Amino acid sequence: MKEATRQKLTTYSVVSGPFLWTIIFLFIPYMVMFTYSFYLKKFPTFVPAFEFVNYITIVTDPQYFQVLFRTAKIAIIVALSSLLIAYPLSYVLVFKIQSKQLRTALYMAVIVPLWVSYLLRAYTWKTILGSEGVLNSFLVWSGFLDAPTDIFLYNQFSMVVTLTYIFVPFMVMPIYMALEKIPRSMIEASKDLGVGPIRTFLNVTLPLSMPGVIAGATFTICLTFGDFVAAFLVGGPNGAMIATIIQSQFGAALNWPLGAALSIVMLVIVLTIISLSDRLERAGRIDLD
Amino acid sequence: MATRRSYSRVQENVGDSLLSLLAAGALAFLYIPVVVLIIFSFNDNRSLTLPLRGFTWKWYEAFLNNSDMLQAIANSLYVAAMATAITLVIGTAAAFALDRYAFPGKTVFRRLILLPIALPGIITGISMLNMFKLMGINLSLETVILGHATGLVSIVVTQVYARLQRFNRRIEEASSDLGARPWQTFFYVTLPNIRSAMIGSALLSFTVSFDEIPVTFFLTGRDNTLPMYIYSTLRRGITPEINAVGTVIVVLSLGLIFLSVYLLHKSDKE
Repeated sequence: MKEATRQKLTTYSVVSGPFLWTIIFLFIPYMVMFTYSFYLKKFPTFVPAFEFVNYITIVTDPQYFQVLFRTAKIAIIVALSSLLIAYPLSYVLVFKIQSKQLRTALYMAVIVPLWVSYLLRAYTWKTILGSEGVLNSFLVWSGFLDAPTDIFLYNQFSMVVTLTYIFVPFMVMPIYMALEKIPRSMIEASKDLGVGPIRTFLNVTLPLSMPGVIAGATFTICLTFGDFVAAFLVGGPNGAMIATIIQSQFGAALNWPLGAALSIVMLVIVLTIISLSDRLERAGRIDLD
Repeated sequence: MATRRSYSRVQENVGDSLLSLLAAGALAFLYIPVVVLIIFSFNDNRSLTLPLRGFTWKWYEAFLNNSDMLQAIANSLYVAAMATAITLVIGTAAAFALDRYAFPGKTVFRRLILLPIALPGIITGISMLNMFKLMGINLSLETVILGHATGLVSIVVTQVYARLQRFNRRIEEASSDLGARPWQTFFYVTLPNIRSAMIGSALLSFTVSFDEIPVTFFLTGRDNTLPMYIYSTLRRGITPEINAVGTVIVVLSLGLIFLSVYLLHKSDKE
């Protein structure tokens, strides 16, 4: 066999498997979903068509706009509260903990829950916040409350707490990386010039860590957009998220074409957020070299 | 000048303690729910309320006697093992394809294969559900396996690709100069160098697949995986039995993840 033919054959055998896989299980499914979004609902399934009815419904029916708006609102609040928790934590880990081993261990302790059962992490908040839950019984037991209250669970508050809890590691990761990259010499230079710690933080550390903040916000917002598990467990009657609505189109509501159209809308929103943050990050990047 | 410096020292000390307090609070926020889950799995009371009533193993006995739950665990293990095996083969091949071969459509291929990491799982689940429906394929544990493998392949690709990028190709050339056949070079030189990255990402894929909900929800037929079983029992309310099985899952996942992070970390250093 000639060397060139052999090389071609190796390339072909290595590349073809994953290439076919992505075509069959990624490209075609997205295309099918896109096609279905133009179909029409006809009980019990749907019929092929090329109509914009589903998209028009999404735009004109205020119900969908409201859910989208609520999802966006919760996503932004979740991103902000994750930031408030993750930033000080990452800052302390990077700048205040001297021992490298302790720092790595604590960082792992923050990141590891990220891979542990998503369902169980959401579920624990149901057991904590419920009217017969841990928090309520603690408050009654310790005498803060006379009777259990149901204000903690099944509302947007419990949604925000649960989603923040689940997604905080996604915020810590990029901020920690960004802070770790800042040369200590820059911060010392600022101090040597007589600038106080707060102004050093605002003028040096914070701007240099912005790419991490943007990446973390992107993760948390996109993930919140796709969540239906937390909404199911701790969201109340007005806790429905866009993913909940999509999920019901493939279940109880049985309107696949509308569900496909809503999925396409979600896909476009998520991809837009990702490319916007990419651009923002690139524009805000400060070259340290 | 001296007063100003001491003032700023005080400011820094106060700031430091405040920051440490916030950081400790954040860590507590992350771990208190897990601790609550574990404590209540041993609490001798059907309702999850304080004060604690005493120690019991009965919730563990209950889940070990629950045949539906055991079947669900078996299903989950089957799905996670198969999905991990497939994703490891496809992901490693894809990482090689991206690292060292030129072929038409490479940019699109890279974007597509990494897409599931950026997109919510629900999109992967629904798009594959739509395709299976179109092709007339009935939903089963096998369709779940295909869904998981597709969703997880990006984990393997990113880790193995990163390892390959740092890999010194001269070693392979040396091996071939010394007369090794390509397959010998691959098995004796290349593979040992990327092994820890492969095992690390495989363990990670296994844990994620075992706990997966968004894709499974849309692709499973009559058989339930463990998370789907838990999800459906939660409709009927919460029980300490869930805490018991949850504790087992959390402890096992933590073990697997620490192992995988350790291996990936080690592969970073090599």
